[in-house]
Amino acid sequence: MYEFDWSSIPGALPFLAKGMLVSLEIMVAAVVIGIVWGTLLAMMRLSSIKPLSWFAAGYVNTFRAIPLVMVLLWFFLIVPHLLEQLLGVPRGTDMRLGSAIAGFALFEAAYYSEIIRAGIQSVSKGQMAAASALGMNYWQSMRLVVLPQAFRNMVPLLLTQGIILFQDTSLVYVSALADFFGTASKVGDRDGRLVEMLLFAGAVYFVLCFSASQLVRFYQKRLKTA
Amino acid sequence: MISINNVNKHYGAFQVLTDCTTHVNKGEVVVVCGPSGSGKSTLIKCVNGLEPFQSGGITVNGVAVGDPKTNLSKLRSHVGMVFQNFELFPHMSIAKNLSIAQTKVLGRDLAEAEVKGLQLLDRVGLKAHAHKFPGQLSGGQQQRVAIARALAMDPICMLFDEPTSALDPEMINEVLDVMTELAQEGMTMMCVTHEMGFAKRVAHRVVFMDHGRIVEDDSKEAFFDSPRSERAHQFLAKILQH
Repeated sequence: MYEFDWSSIPGALPFLAKGMLVSLEIMVAAVVIGIVWGTLLAMMRLSSIKPLSWFAAGYVNTFRAIPLVMVLLWFFLIVPHLLEQLLGVPRGTDMRLGSAIAGFALFEAAYYSEIIRAGIQSVSKGQMAAASALGMNYWQSMRLVVLPQAFRNMVPLLLTQGIILFQDTSLVYVSALADFFGTASKVGDRDGRLVEMLLFAGAVYFVLCFSASQLVRFYQKRLKTA
Repeated sequence: MISINNVNKHYGAFQVLTDCTTHVNKGEVVVVCGPSGSGKSTLIKCVNGLEPFQSGGITVNGVAVGDPKTNLSKLRSHVGMVFQNFELFPHMSIAKNLSIAQTKVLGRDLAEAEVKGLQLLDRVGLKAHAHKFPGQLSGGQQQRVAIARALAMDPICMLFDEPTSALDPEMINEVLDVMTELAQEGMTMMCVTHEMGFAKRVAHRVVFMDHGRIVEDDSKEAFFDSPRSERAHQFLAKILQH
């Protein structure tokens, strides 16, 4: 019979907190870059300029057909080499965090762009026509009229995707980056208490993600009644 | 002011507009009518380039709408348009709806744009609603705001695309009154509408369309008293019965 021993957790909390900061950093950076790039992709996808639309469709379909962990691994292995060769970045520079953020952002942008595309399409065509009729150009119409309405409808979906992304950040363990999950597993190994550590880490992920999704639901309800 | 010459438009094999030719002079009010699906809305949307067309030409104040070199945004900024479904911006207050294009397109400063917006809001009888959002107004009120929004750009002419078709009957007159006043002030207007009473009172000319063609283009007296085509006869008989 396995005997649980939780005594190593209190001492590990400072390390775990540092790891949590890394996880949050990756999430926030990837969400922000992902939404900006995803918005551009969605606009390209909906553009009447065919090559732009083809490019965006190809991008989205490619990234959605590849497992995230592979994308992360590629970025971890390939990007440092590329930077080394192209920009002369010295060999051995630690680019794991940057690579991870870039991998997540480019990957998530594919998912965000589909959410944003649906959001843009949910705004009636007449709104674009009205903006154009007032003399606004495409960018002004999008920025001032269409996107604000699209984003207001999409906020719950974007947040939910952000929560999924937060869970996915644990995949950076493939690059041995010390995120929350990576730190938990390292400390667990060190103290020979891996099971307890991972159970604890799982509980933390659950509490954070569950409360976040409850908040999203609350917001969604308020949005509907407003 | 508006000159439409032999305009043709098709979606694939489906011909929407066939050889449409008509003119609207400065200060003239032209009503475009016809059965639904006759191409009236499409024609009026070609005038400010919201709908492209394949052949023929349209000029507004001497500017060729179909020319790829034309700065369409600039042209549209002084051609007012009012839509069937109002199309106010729901995420902005009424005041903001009136000022946004003035500041972002015409480059007016905000204070000036707000004063201008309030004046026009007052003119359509809605000054007290400036702080509200479009969803809080009735359809008739929203459409009056939409007219004020177009007027805030100091348009050289106004296009109306079935401005009363989406309104409850008791709200139609408040919108028509604003349009009538505008016409009496000498605004150049092209109106797609089924309101024949408005046409009789206000229009100088009536254009009647059927199956994408302009079938009649005449003074309102000639159109209502003795329409030349059988199709217009039938249309008027049906509409005026009520």
